[in-house]
Amino acid sequence: MLLTNEQKAILDGEKGETLAKVMKTLVMYGDAFEAEKLVPITSQYNHLVTSFGLKVMSPVYDLMQTILDAGVASGQKFSVDPRPLDKNVPANFLQNFVFNKFMYAKQDFYEQQLEKLGLMDKNAFSCTCYMDEVGNKPKKGDVLSWAESSAVVYANSVLGARCNRNSGIIDIMGSIVGYVPYFGLLTDEGRRATWIVRVKTTKKPEAQLLGSAIGMKVMEDVPYIYGLSDYIGTELDDATCAYLKDFGAATASNGAVGLYHIDGLTPEAKEQGEALIAEGAKEYIIDDAELARVQAEYPVIWKNPDAKPKLCFIGCPHLSLEQLKTWTDNIEAALKESGASKVAIPTVLTAAPGVLEVFNKTEYAARLKATGVITSYICPLMYMNNPLCKKMPVITSSNKLRTYTSARYYTDAQILEAITKGGK
Amino acid sequence: MKKFQGRVITPGAVTAEAVVTTQGFNTLASLQMALQFGDKQVKCGDQNNAELHGKPLIGKALCLPQTIGSTTGGLVLYCACAMQKNPACMLFANHIDSLAAAGAVLADVWVDGVTMPVIDSLGDEFLSYVKDGMKITVSEDGTVTVED
Repeated sequence: MLLTNEQKAILDGEKGETLAKVMKTLVMYGDAFEAEKLVPITSQYNHLVTSFGLKVMSPVYDLMQTILDAGVASGQKFSVDPRPLDKNVPANFLQNFVFNKFMYAKQDFYEQQLEKLGLMDKNAFSCTCYMDEVGNKPKKGDVLSWAESSAVVYANSVLGARCNRNSGIIDIMGSIVGYVPYFGLLTDEGRRATWIVRVKTTKKPEAQLLGSAIGMKVMEDVPYIYGLSDYIGTELDDATCAYLKDFGAATASNGAVGLYHIDGLTPEAKEQGEALIAEGAKEYIIDDAELARVQAEYPVIWKNPDAKPKLCFIGCPHLSLEQLKTWTDNIEAALKESGASKVAIPTVLTAAPGVLEVFNKTEYAARLKATGVITSYICPLMYMNNPLCKKMPVITSSNKLRTYTSARYYTDAQILEAITKGGK
Repeated sequence: MKKFQGRVITPGAVTAEAVVTTQGFNTLASLQMALQFGDKQVKCGDQNNAELHGKPLIGKALCLPQTIGSTTGGLVLYCACAMQKNPACMLFANHIDSLAAAGAVLADVWVDGVTMPVIDSLGDEFLSYVKDGMKITVSEDGTVTVED
């Protein structure tokens, strides 16, 4: 890799041993992809994936402390993924004990580290940092050092920024030195599609199911998708962005997609069209039967597959303001139809603290509360990553949550039915 | 016995028993619960990976096409190495992905006393030839020897 004199000086230790190791990490990381150079990060803010003070992640906090002790700080302020704990979310005595005293015993310590390293503000905890209410929304063409798979795929695909699927720790190291290796999704060639996906369903496909199917098929490749804009339009309005957020999260977690193009909709597809498709691209056709097959093949790992759900999570990734309002309308209407006043399953809608703050100022907040639904800024994935929850029948409309936990996936319509009409 | 030549991402020499997945290895889903709750065998926790689910990974030669899933993957791998609960080596049929590369490099640069050779670009034939339980020997130059 060709380094500038400044970069080489850092690598050679002229700014200290710790910074040299940070630079060495980035150079070795880039060398694995034959990166020819490091390029400057141009976004205003970074976004980190590691938000949780998991006791088992002590090596991460030790590394962060090494960085802090060396007097090194992030060159950018940053947002970070959601907090893992919220007392508003139902948990029994044992769960609370395990969460607070065992699993996330390092939470306060780690949040102090994040503040010292450059956290944007105390509320900058969300996987959807790009929401207007959170304020970390990169511009088209910005070079990022982000992690968080759902945020990376959104930034690349919907916002037109440039970011590789960086791992946690690599994210902060990029903004410490101000550079990232130039490879993959940072390059024009790396952003070309090697898959053509044709959506031939008879109705608008469920975002998280479609994303799952595509992710499992194309893995880390870039798909160019035809037929979807027939259903979700050609403008990036609130509803379409929310759809793409959920769709992208599923492609990234069920596979390893970091960028997708949607014909006639996403910025680069609008500008370049089919020129984005690489020669020899493979083809994948998705119809109703294919989506049904994908959903039917999800494993059910509940001890009793017929158990009545004890909890429902909606909002992984975090919901947008419009989604919170839509869920409120839909839950109210479904309850009215079934003659009930409260949801039949404890239900948690999750969103960024900033989004919830705005939502709570609307008339929707009281209406949602009246249905018995809880709102939270929590990360459902972090809540569920323990053996106690593995035994708990939890349902969700998040394919990401399904992938990483024992939660069972249902479409939005199925979830609505379950939480408002008896819990089956 | 068959030899495969790969590219060295992080160097080292080791002999270990193969565990094989022909689908993407989801690092977070596979390792987190085992690391969090002290599973000494580090059994794979990924319910979506029928080839690996429930199998011990510590000290094994993990043969895979690539890793997938959450971008915590690299730091989870780094933690596994720092806790000495890592596979003996990771052998990729494909070009390494960004998350696995991050984990391998972080462990190499920041963890003292742990060597986890990582070799990539071993080819599709490697993954179709190698089976669970086969003896794998990794050399410093990226040669991977598979014995029935």
